[in-house]
Amino acid sequence: MKTNRRTFVTGVSAAAVFSGSKVAFAQKKYDDGATDKEIKIGNTNPYSGPASAYGVIGKTIEAYWKSVNEAGGINGRMVNFITLDDGYSPPKTVEVVRQLVEQEKVLCVFQTLGTPTNTAIHKYMNQKKVPQLFVATGASKWGNPKEFPWTMGFQPDYHTEAVIYAKHMLANVKDAKIAVLMQNDDYGKDYYEGLRDGLGKDVGRIVKQVSYETTDPTVDSQIIQLKDSGANTFFNIAIPKFAAQAIRKAADIGWKPAHYLNNVSSSVASTIKPAGFENSQGILTAQYLMDPTDKQWDDNADMKMWRAWMAKSNPLANLTDASNVYAHAVSFLMHETLKKCGDNLTRENVMKQAANHQKLRVPLLLPGITVSTSPTDFYPVQAVQLSRFKGETWDLFGDVLHAESS
Amino acid sequence: MPAFPKKWLLVVIALAVLVPLLHPLFPDTVSDYRLFLVSTMIIAAIAVLGLNLLTGFNGQISLGHGAFYAVGAYTAAVLMDHLDVPYWATVPAAAVVCFIVGYLFGLPALKLEGHYLALATFALALAVPQILKYKWLEGLTGGVQGIVLNKPEVPFGLPLSEDQWLYYYCLIVMLVLFWAANNMLNSRSGRAMMAIRDYKIAADTMGIDTALYKTVTFGISAAYTGIAGALSASAIAFVAPDSFNIFLSIKFLIGLVVGGVGSLVGSVVGGIFYVLVDNSAQAISLFVKNDLGLQFDLSAYTIFGILLIVLMYLMPMGIVGGAYLALRRLRRG
Repeated sequence: MKTNRRTFVTGVSAAAVFSGSKVAFAQKKYDDGATDKEIKIGNTNPYSGPASAYGVIGKTIEAYWKSVNEAGGINGRMVNFITLDDGYSPPKTVEVVRQLVEQEKVLCVFQTLGTPTNTAIHKYMNQKKVPQLFVATGASKWGNPKEFPWTMGFQPDYHTEAVIYAKHMLANVKDAKIAVLMQNDDYGKDYYEGLRDGLGKDVGRIVKQVSYETTDPTVDSQIIQLKDSGANTFFNIAIPKFAAQAIRKAADIGWKPAHYLNNVSSSVASTIKPAGFENSQGILTAQYLMDPTDKQWDDNADMKMWRAWMAKSNPLANLTDASNVYAHAVSFLMHETLKKCGDNLTRENVMKQAANHQKLRVPLLLPGITVSTSPTDFYPVQAVQLSRFKGETWDLFGDVLHAESS
Repeated sequence: MPAFPKKWLLVVIALAVLVPLLHPLFPDTVSDYRLFLVSTMIIAAIAVLGLNLLTGFNGQISLGHGAFYAVGAYTAAVLMDHLDVPYWATVPAAAVVCFIVGYLFGLPALKLEGHYLALATFALALAVPQILKYKWLEGLTGGVQGIVLNKPEVPFGLPLSEDQWLYYYCLIVMLVLFWAANNMLNSRSGRAMMAIRDYKIAADTMGIDTALYKTVTFGISAAYTGIAGALSASAIAFVAPDSFNIFLSIKFLIGLVVGGVGSLVGSVVGGIFYVLVDNSAQAISLFVKNDLGLQFDLSAYTIFGILLIVLMYLMPMGIVGGAYLALRRLRRG
């Protein structure tokens, strides 16, 4: 927590210097959604529909702001967090986001969840010039300040992550022949493109690529095809349900490739356990958050703080669900951004401060990973650490890897 | 069911035209966002009308009208995105494409009656989102990413906001379509459609070409829903396969049954109902939890379901049918 306070002090003094240089030191400036007493933040989450499992993120974020308000708010202002259900349906997202912006008049939207849903409002937010901050999707298109200066992502983008796997494959797997299972949408394609870019001139090492639809019952036949290709390396680009099926099927038919699993499915509770611990030994993934099931964090100050917070402010939530760790971390970043805005709560300043974090230590990010943004860098978290599954949990190894995505 | 009195109809239309102009007087009540919501209601009403023509007036059940809605939306989107066709020209284009698709689908559907037809249309609704994602079509449809569009611009330099113009545009299209549907239903063809619904063998005996009428009705119905889809593409300014899941078809059916099967006014009420309830269900569920202090974590869909059950129990003939019966009872009493 020491680092936190220090970063906070640095942040505040930086903000002070900023506003100090502009004569108007204590002058308060507001856009819609901010007053002396309140800051209004909008959010959409799928509380119903096919992706409703993600709804816990919205609920945990809500609990976070509640606890912030109980502790006195941000610079004396209470956070009014309005979260609406969009059912993961893009037209519904457009409707509720318009409600948030035009009817509720929020200062910004935060953590709107989903790639298709955020795509549907991308243009609108930028036309209206309302910040669309730290969206809950890892597609690489959210970090494009030139064309979309009002939109910013949060997690390491899929492209960057795949580049890291590609480099690891080339360095560690002898004579790699790569087979790829991918979800047929832009999430899958982002990873796949990253893999190809990371392999560079060795792109020919990909011997087989098959895809699945989220409506498919299983990926069994895909896994059999991949095994038949004679590959010795497997890149598993699938969401938890299908990733677990893939791990299990590969073990059933005796295929033992070097297995790279995308971070999206790194949850022990929802992927590895259903796939079976005995089938998952040695699988590699990249992580940027502390896994709540990983015993090595039991004595870590961040993890202790998070557990205490969960017990006090979010008692009904699942302590082994990594989504709750994620929600806390991303809310902290929003919290810091708003703190730095001081009394200048204009939309422009919110974006400016969001793009002005220097090596900010966000609790629950892995040690050594910090958040840095700039007016030309809209990718807050850009580092991961590889880990290997061992026993009943992930075992981090090697250094924290930074990769600049194109 | 009796026709809506003409006098009242004119009053409603006059109100619909004039109210948005009150924006300068009541900027918060008549806001752009509310107008946008009303536009989505209008679009829903047109889609429900399309289904009503088929189910309510011709007796063919469809669980898959979301598919025609999707075809209409994608026709409009592809024309605007790839060929720079102006948005207003996409409506007739979508109508033609959907008529053809609906007509062709209606041909094999002739062999299927009742539940079997319902299942076939259900399959169609399930298939369309997958087809839109298909590799060979990706260049056209944009695959899973969908297509991002521009909102219709205000023409002739009219002093309207984008949403006001969108509203008038949808309103005009709706009035034309309802006028056309009303004329058709009150003609010889309309009576033939309803005769087939009521007693097919009798209609056959009277010399009505039932096969032709059924397929053409399927086409017209699909065209209406397709027009609604094209309008929605302009209104939302984005299309993606995920927008057209099976739920959409079910919603049209809910709108139809709740509004009133076999009633033009019912289609409007149905369209309004599903947009309104869809939006307020979450508000009600929050209200129950926060303001009434009940510790029920009711999901919005639970509320939606409870409302539907209550409504079906109280007004089995839909809102319009129920209101009509209530009126008649009042007069008699």
